[in-house]
Amino acid sequence: MPIAVEFEGVSFSYPGSRPVLRDVELQVEQGEFVAIAGPNGGGKTTLLRLALGLERPTSGKVLLYGEHADRVHRRSGIAYLPQRAQLVIDAPVTVREVAAVGRVPRRGVLGGLRAGDRAAIDEAIARVGLSAHADSVVARLSGGQQQRAFIAKALAAEPDLLVLDEPTAGVDADAQEALAALLERLHRDLAVTILFVSHEFGAVERFVERLVLVRGGIVFDGDPSKLPAAWHDPSHVHL
Amino acid sequence: MSIFETDFMRLAFATGAVVGMLAPAVGFFLVQRRMSLIGDGIGHVAFAGVALGYLLGISPVATALVASVAGAVTIEWLRANRRAAGDQALALLFYTGIAAGVVLVSAAGALNANLFSFLFGSILTVTRGDLVLVVVLGVGGLGLIALLYRSLVAVAVDEDGARVAGVPVGLLNVLLAGLAGVTIAVSMRIVGILLIAALMVLPVIAASRVAWSVRSTIFLSMALGLAAVFVGLTVSYYADLAPGGAIVLVAAGSFVAASGVGTLLRGRAS
Repeated sequence: MPIAVEFEGVSFSYPGSRPVLRDVELQVEQGEFVAIAGPNGGGKTTLLRLALGLERPTSGKVLLYGEHADRVHRRSGIAYLPQRAQLVIDAPVTVREVAAVGRVPRRGVLGGLRAGDRAAIDEAIARVGLSAHADSVVARLSGGQQQRAFIAKALAAEPDLLVLDEPTAGVDADAQEALAALLERLHRDLAVTILFVSHEFGAVERFVERLVLVRGGIVFDGDPSKLPAAWHDPSHVHL
Repeated sequence: MSIFETDFMRLAFATGAVVGMLAPAVGFFLVQRRMSLIGDGIGHVAFAGVALGYLLGISPVATALVASVAGAVTIEWLRANRRAAGDQALALLFYTGIAAGVVLVSAAGALNANLFSFLFGSILTVTRGDLVLVVVLGVGGLGLIALLYRSLVAVAVDEDGARVAGVPVGLLNVLLAGLAGVTIAVSMRIVGILLIAALMVLPVIAASRVAWSVRSTIFLSMALGLAAVFVGLTVSYYADLAPGGAIVLVAAGSFVAASGVGTLLRGRAS
């Protein structure tokens, strides 16, 4: 399998601060479903931002599909869902408008939507189960529905790599269950590479093939069932 | 006498029509990015531009246009390159602009009523040359927003997501800042440098209270901006008031009315 994401001896620190990550070695193959866990402040979001080229490593290198992550040319197949708190705009944006945003990288800066784009948007909305709410204002939907609207945006881009940052934060158990089932279907049906970053996994845990635990560096990388018992202790994982 | 019998009122309404639509259209994207106050910062730089025009004896509108666009792009550059936080970048330009304006105005000996017409707007001072400049830049600005609409919405909804997916966020932000600078420069004759930022923000937040989508918010805010300019100009004509203040008070009134209507609509829906 080709390598989607690769870290080679990566360390990172913000200017004037202690290192957030040290000597990270990581390879994610195309088509993997990987959970990245760790305590708040442990560096998992920084790891994700490095993987996407939003930050540059202090030392080492990060490759995305074989190119330096901050200089990747083929970006339209990469979909990123930041933490939900960062996804709020003041204007009443509808589910369809959010999903349409996902087509912009495919269509170009000046482009309007064509029939193929509209079909991809409708399909993405249907896949997340929001067809009945396509013209509803996102802010007036439940937390779980809002989360699925933004996943529809990612799916409309027809991504090869889907990166989610804390998608289960602030949503109830039913919504987490629905999200887990949705991601599992995407992974199975579309062979999308998924990086799922969270300090809690809930229902998703049973679907991931690989767990990467981050605490200033990678302290565990493997099958979730092989995670040492000590790491299951919330007081241990949550600092 | 009818309001449209005088040449200066026809010029003021024609200019105001462009300003009333352009300011909220640009302001929409600034409000979504939590940059509602950038118009104030650019306005103060435009004041320095006007003063420079007086000092050099050339068109104050032209020098204000150059100063506004340069100021807006500088704010965006400072913010994007993390040379200063957004509010610090604004403060830096805000105070430097007003200080430079005061120094240049006093050097030009131009502290007079004509200068105040730029600060607070005037329906008497719009020339045919101003109208041509406003129409060309205003229609160009609206056309650019229409072309970039989907990309600008993408950045407003999720800037990091757009950057990761390869949307040229930096370029779009600079273009938006440049558009804000153009809007300030073309609007200052009618609304005034000190009040134009309000016309970029108030119709947008009023429209957000009653709109049902991004697209409807933009069109509704443009309609409210247009109405505010027309009503404000009419009131200022008959009551002999400064048009900038009248226009902004009408826009503020539209916000109060829209908030009431929005509350009623949500009450019915629930």
